[in-house]
Amino acid sequence: MSDARPTTPHGVLSWIGQLLLYGLFALAIGVFSNWPPYHPLGADQALLKLSVSHVGKPVGECRKLSQAELDKLPPNMRFPEQCPRERAPLTMSVELDGVSVLDRVAPPTGLSKDGAASIYERLVIPAGSHHLEVRLNDDVRAGAPTYTRSADVTLAPGQVLVVDFDPTQGGITLQ
Amino acid sequence: MSAGQHTFAFRQQGLSAWRALERGFDAAFGAGLNPLRQLGAIGFLATWLLLASGVLLYIVYDTSVEGAYQSVAALDHWPLASGRVLRGVHRYATDVLVVVIVLHIVREWLHAHERGVRRFHWLTGVPLVVFAAISAVGGFWLAWDRLGRYSALASAEWLDALPLLGVPFARNFLVLDAVSDRLFSLFIFIHIGVSLLLLFGLWFHIQRLTRAAVWPSRALALGVSVLLLVLALALPVRSQAPTASLAEPLALDWFVLWLHPLAETSTRGLAWALVAGSLALLLLAPFLPQPPRPAVAVVDADNCSGCERCFADCPYAAITMVPHPSLRGGHRLAQVDPDLCVACGICAGACPSSTPFRGIEHLVSGIDMPQLPVDALRSRLRQDVAATNATHPLVVFTCDHGASASIAADEDTSVLGLMCAGQLPPSFIEYALRDGAAGVLVATCREGGCEFRLGQRWTAERLTGQREPRLRARMPRERLALVQAGPGDERVLAAAVQGLRERVRTLPTPSPAKPGPPHHV
Repeated sequence: MSDARPTTPHGVLSWIGQLLLYGLFALAIGVFSNWPPYHPLGADQALLKLSVSHVGKPVGECRKLSQAELDKLPPNMRFPEQCPRERAPLTMSVELDGVSVLDRVAPPTGLSKDGAASIYERLVIPAGSHHLEVRLNDDVRAGAPTYTRSADVTLAPGQVLVVDFDPTQGGITLQ
Repeated sequence: MSAGQHTFAFRQQGLSAWRALERGFDAAFGAGLNPLRQLGAIGFLATWLLLASGVLLYIVYDTSVEGAYQSVAALDHWPLASGRVLRGVHRYATDVLVVVIVLHIVREWLHAHERGVRRFHWLTGVPLVVFAAISAVGGFWLAWDRLGRYSALASAEWLDALPLLGVPFARNFLVLDAVSDRLFSLFIFIHIGVSLLLLFGLWFHIQRLTRAAVWPSRALALGVSVLLLVLALALPVRSQAPTASLAEPLALDWFVLWLHPLAETSTRGLAWALVAGSLALLLLAPFLPQPPRPAVAVVDADNCSGCERCFADCPYAAITMVPHPSLRGGHRLAQVDPDLCVACGICAGACPSSTPFRGIEHLVSGIDMPQLPVDALRSRLRQDVAATNATHPLVVFTCDHGASASIAADEDTSVLGLMCAGQLPPSFIEYALRDGAAGVLVATCREGGCEFRLGQRWTAERLTGQREPRLRARMPRERLALVQAGPGDERVLAAAVQGLRERVRTLPTPSPAKPGPPHHV
């Protein structure tokens, strides 16, 4: 019985062919596993990250319960104050060199709107000196204070400036 | 032209190009070692290498913020470059796996293997793409170098584009101080846990396959392993020192981390749309309008001896053996699962009752294909041989999925098409010669290129006496030619037919027993 195979390789040519194809595959793998280098930012750019996650103030005033109202409650639920569960949305505005770059209202999360409100924004800006104005409000009640932070920052190329909010550290933070 | 017709034309063009590429690789590797026909097996090899190197890497890995980077970077200083080899093989095997997965999907789609019975394999393969991608990206985070931190943050920002979490996930990676050791438990779960899911999914993926190729041929496995070793030594994978600045360029692995630049240079929504759209296409492809499924194999209980040859040869595990309804002691019967049968006919070729020498007017096999039963094949063979006036008539059995015999056919040639070469019971060759054929040629697809996985292999083994049903030893082998001629190999087939034609002319003229009643065994 003859057994014909169309392209049964043999000899030097086969070895050269295999080496060539293995080499090309290795070259493709080797090159594209490292190259071309990726520049997340341009040579004259910096990154401003606005990242806030915060539970706002209750949307209404707390109310003191009367003794009669307390008596109607089970003993384990007799808290002297009753506060609304819903939290205020987070209002944040950012100006860079006098130009508004962010103006956002983030609603609280949760079915009862009692969770944290979050804002996360990634802004590519030119490196160099800038004047930054950040205002943040977490209280919808009349006369409630607004957190503000005004700062002159100088950002090197590739530098990342994170704007966050931490009431324990005085409010708006720049890192 | 409808969208369906456009897709069909596009697929046909792509298939032609792919086959041309495969033939080109055949010229160097040979059909049996052609990596383009063993993509799944190479993917398995890459997975085994990842598993082995990953276990070793995990032993030395420090799952802490301070130690993670140091433990991985220290691999560069291991003696005899062993650490570089370990890390390099792990990284480059990932890249090979990604490339192989993409090529595997393309090849299977071009061959329309998302349809019919193979829908199962297609659909179980889609989650594997997701698992492989998640695990691969998660691996970069573990190194916790500059690239790892960038990838972790970019991945988190991409995830945050979906309103899934109340607090943005990316806040975990904004500043280095915010990261705790516990984060690495999550990384470990993502990289190793999802890898285990991948392994589990692979097990599902190869269910319903007989003799699934989970290891490529030895030479190919050696070639790929050496390739990875050379890459690991020539282009060692090194950690980039962590820094908060993004000023320095990143040595991005574009096979794995391509999504990050895409999301950053376009929008995260677009990146999500691309990923979700691609997955949706993969998942929907098997449910698009398809041609009707061919009739499946049918078992005839009266003629099934329960020999289990069809059970052993079915490439898609569509046959099980059940107790014979006659309830004769120990007698079993083949049973075809129509949901698994791909209608290749390999079972009919394996059945001992498919022999054309049986002395019955209407040949009924124990298992047969309704669209081309062995009785019809025998009738056609007898008619063709009887009708020819050639002094040295030839019979050519071809596969419907292989090379067309149109340019090989001549007045002395009778061409009988089969659903797969494996559908041919070897006894048909002897039968053809007894009925007056001077020579018989059996054309299979190229090695590894069988549309039904194992048809070429079983045919070759049956004709060379390595597998039941064997071609009888007394059959004059000089009158038989076996040729591998896949689609596009028409010239190869024509040359083989011509070679057989010239050879049989030099042989003594056989005394033909013109077809009359079927021969009795």
